[in-house]
Formats: sequence, C-alpha cells, structure tokens
Amino acid sequence: MNVLVCVSRVPDTATRVEIGADGKSINNNGVKYILNPYDEYALEEGLRLVEKNGGEVTVCTVGADVCVDILRTSLAMGAEKAVHIKSEETLDSFSVAKNIAEVAKSANYDVIILGRQSIDFDSFQMVSMLGEMLELPSVSMVAKLDINGTLVTGERDIEGGKEIFETSLPAVISVQKGINEPRYPKLPQIMKAKSKPIDARPAIETEKYTSVLSMEIPAKQRVGKILTDSDSDINELVRLLREEAKVI
Amino acid sequence: MSKVNVIKNSNLSSYSSSAIASSVAQIATAESCSIIFYPANSYGLEIAPRTAVKLEAGYISDCIGLDYNGGDIIASKPVYAGKAVTKSKSERTNKIFSLRPNIFTASESNSTSVTICDFAVNISDKDLKVKITGLSKNEGKLDVSEADKVVSGGRGLKGPENFYIVEDLAKSIGGAVGASRAVVDAGWRPHGEQVGQTGKTVSPNIYIALAISGAVQHLAGMSSSKIIVAINKDKDAPIFKVADYGIVGDIFDVVPKLTAKINSLS
Ligand SMILES: Cc1cc2nc3c(=O)[nH]c(=O)nc-3n(C[C@H](O)[C@H](O)[C@H](O)COP(=O)(O)OP(=O)(O)OC[C@H]3O[C@@H](n4cnc5c(N)ncnc54)[C@H](O)[C@@H]3O)c2cc1C
Repeated sequence: MNVLVCVSRVPDTATRVEIGADGKSINNNGVKYILNPYDEYALEEGLRLVEKNGGEVTVCTVGADVCVDILRTSLAMGAEKAVHIKSEETLDSFSVAKNIAEVAKSANYDVIILGRQSIDFDSFQMVSMLGEMLELPSVSMVAKLDINGTLVTGERDIEGGKEIFETSLPAVISVQKGINEPRYPKLPQIMKAKSKPIDARPAIETEKYTSVLSMEIPAKQRVGKILTDSDSDINELVRLLREEAKVI
Repeated sequence: MSKVNVIKNSNLSSYSSSAIASSVAQIATAESCSIIFYPANSYGLEIAPRTAVKLEAGYISDCIGLDYNGGDIIASKPVYAGKAVTKSKSERTNKIFSLRPNIFTASESNSTSVTICDFAVNISDKDLKVKITGLSKNEGKLDVSEADKVVSGGRGLKGPENFYIVEDLAKSIGGAVGASRAVVDAGWRPHGEQVGQTGKTVSPNIYIALAISGAVQHLAGMSSSKIIVAINKDKDAPIFKVADYGIVGDIFDVVPKLTAKINSLS
C-alpha cells in the first residue's frame, strides 16, 4: 500500500503572534516552527497502514527551503521518501492543492492522508480540494479509520456526534486528534532519515484564487468587569448577565 | 430572498460531499450565481472546497465578518488560532465563503414573494463513493458546538466527580457542558466536549469558563464568544484578560451560590 501524507510547517501553538512589516503576515523573529500537530496523526496513521499492509509512506510539503526540517522529522518518524515542492512565496490553498495533486497524479497512491487542518491558517480546505482535483472520494475529520483491502470504513466527527462512513480506495482522508498516539522518532531513525531521499522540485505557478490584503491582531473590546467572591458580587454578576449583557 | 431551488434526488438521501458540491455547482451555473455561502461546520467545510474547484472559485473559509467594498467582498477570517485575523478577498469571478456559525445574525427578509422551484441535477457514480452507513448521536446532550450557552470546566475541578458543579450551572442557564484539554486528556470528560484548538470552536452568546487558566490553545476555541465569563481563584489567570465578567474566587464556593441565585430567579 502506497500512502501519501501531506505535511505542513507551522508556528508552535504557544507562539505569540506579532504582525510583520508587510502588514499581512506574522513576524518570524523568534518563532519556533513545528510539524503541524494534526499532520503527526496523519503520518502515524499512514505508518500503521504500511506496517500492516506493506508498501511505503511518502510525505509531501509545499513551502520554502526551511520546510526541509519537517520533512526530516517525518522521515525520522518512518516515512521512506519526501517530496518538497519549493515556493518561497506563500501560496493560497488552491495553488497548494494543485501542486500536491500534480505529485499525486505522478504516482499511484492508494490513500492520501492529511491532518484535519493546519494550525496556521486553519483553512480546512486541502482534503476536499485534493479529492475534487483527483476525482477521488474524500472524508474529513476522521476519528477512526479501518482499511481492509480496498474497503475503507471509519467514523468522522460531526456536531453532536459521529458519522459512520464507508468508501473505497483510492481515497483522500483528513484525520482528527485522538485517532492514534503519534510515535516519537528514536535516535537511530533520526540518523537513518538523513540519508533518505528528498525529491525537491519547484512549485508550478497557478493563478491566484484568493489574496490576503492585511492581517491584524484582533482588537479586544471586552467589558472586563472582575468581581470578588462575596455574596453580593455573585448576585451582581447574575444581574449584569441578565440586565447588562442580556445573555441569561 | 426571492427564489428557493429544491433538489429532490434519491442519490442525495445519504450525505456525500461530492454529490452535494456537484448539485450546488449545477444550481449556481444555471442561476448565474457567482457568490455562494456555506456554514463553516462539518458539512460546509467539506463541501465548499469541492464546489470551489468545480466552479474555479476563490474560497475563503471560516469567515467571521464580511465587508462589501465596491464590487469586492472583503472577508475577515481568524488565523493562528484566532491570535490574528486576516482580511482577504477572492480574485475570481466566482466567490465562495464559509461562515462561522452564530456570528452573523439573520435579518428579516423584505421580499414579498418567494418562488419555490424543483431543480433537477445530474449526479454521477463517482460522486457517490462515500456512503454514510450510520450515525451515533451524543444522546440527550446538547453539543458544545451547537449550544448558544456553554459552561466549561477545567483542571481546577480536581476530578470527574466534581463536574456536577459545571453541569448544574449549565442546566440552570440551559447550556451545554464543555471542557479544557487538561480535563479531556485526564479522561474526566469525553473528547467531544473539548473546546480549543484541538477540540471544538464555539461562539455562543455566553461562555462561562470555570477553573480554566485560559491557555492560548483554549482561547482559540472560544474567543469569538459574544460574552465571556471567567471564575478562577487566580486573579492573574490569563482567562481574565479575555473575560467580559469575572469572579476571582474558589469555584467550589462561588459556583453553587451562582447556580442557586440563577435558579431562584427563573
Ligand atoms: C498542540 C496543543 C493543542 C492544545 N489544544 C487545546 C485545546 O484544544 N483545548 C484546551 O483547552 N487546551 C489545549 N491545549 C492545552 C493547553 O495548553 C492547556 O494545557 C489547557 O488548556 C489547560 O487546561 P486547564 O485550564 O483546565 O488547566 P490549567 O492550566 O491547569 O488551569 C487550571 C486553572 O484552574 C484554576 N483553579 C484551580 N483550582 C481552582 C478552584 N478551586 N477554584 C477556581 N479556580 C481554580 C487555576 O487557577 C488555573 O487557572 C493544547 C496544547 C497544545 C500543546
């Protein structure tokens, strides 16, 4: 079974965000970048599939030269190959999907696995875009996945419950936290990863579908009335919620 | 609103993102609609990108604001877990937006007549490769992502046996129960209740955080709530920085009194 796992390089979740000089991206100074946490679940799921069925996992990212670090991390976790589609410019979701779709078309992957979202732009777009571009079935926010032969069954998170789904390979799947416990790379694997191949190629240029005009830190307009734990303040809180905020 | 197109097709009896995307694209083409809105929920987020590819549309997801500027629609969208907001626009004639639930308020329609039409679509076999074979609902419970009032509990509750404090307050205001990741990871509450970056994003009218410190990853899931209330014994807890109202105090002492007061009034 050949698995393609799409990964992205994102700021660590604890990063303090400051707006950069261009007014439409963040200031990278001092920001620690990591493999997108949801992609770790995707990679782990891919590795488990090949451990069970044979085959190999290829990881793929679209991004600047610096993204090679997350590819090495992925190779250390157990992926065999990596594809680095290079672009110094930040591409929109459509262009990223288009580039990954080209990679997918050049090889016969049985399943493409992604994280449910990347935690930088939180766009939730890649899985369905790839499904559509490759004319494959896709399922997002998968919390449980079983693949037997070409039959795919699993559960996907929806508001207030879970949907149980069935589809067939080849397919595109995005996974949710909790689907597995990602492994930590061990030293021998980290060493071995250094000699695994990374196929670097330039991104194909596509037309811009969306553009970011500006980025801001949201102005907080919170009332900020902080009270004490006295009985009269507890009653005052109830009054404020009923009469001032009118929310209860 | 002036026209409603209704699609009746037995192939749509089971949900398939690709069949719905294809149907919407067919309507949009037939009606020359160049702007499409979807809800940013587990369905809209799955269907919209497929529709965008079909219609070669510029798609912006999870919008919390739209400004109409000349011919352009400028969409505000939270990024970096809500720590920043971008304004962006579609560069294409066809534009698709998914809108975060409970952010946009519905206004009264001033149209005097609405035409309701049946619309026939073609759905091909390749759009029916995903089948929903079952559904498991979190029985009897209001889901955090659907509720307009949410009360969440954090690690300060000290154990699952104390969550009745959160549940009782939630019940008194008719809200749903949420939880921080610390509590979910400890196994005190199910993952479906987790609010935050790796849990659910909620924007209820009122969000009450009980003994939750307010880590950035938690704020990511609830900072667009209309009113935020925090109760925490640590006056320096970051949650107070995003709160509209707060009480510095021990939840075991304050919350039962608060619940009793609310119950006495209703
Ligand atoms: C990649 C990543 C993703 C994450 N995703 C999420 C997510 O989706 N959601 C999420 O919530 N977290 C998430 N986290 C975890 C997050 O960083 C925090 O660890 C977590 O939110 C802390 O939960 P807490 O506030 O319940 O616990 P704590 O931070 O331990 O806070 C407990 C609070 O309770 C107060 N307290 C204690 N006793 C009392 C009392 N008797 N009365 C009143 N107050 C009391 C304390 O003062 C303290 O402020 C994520 C972390 C990472 C790294």
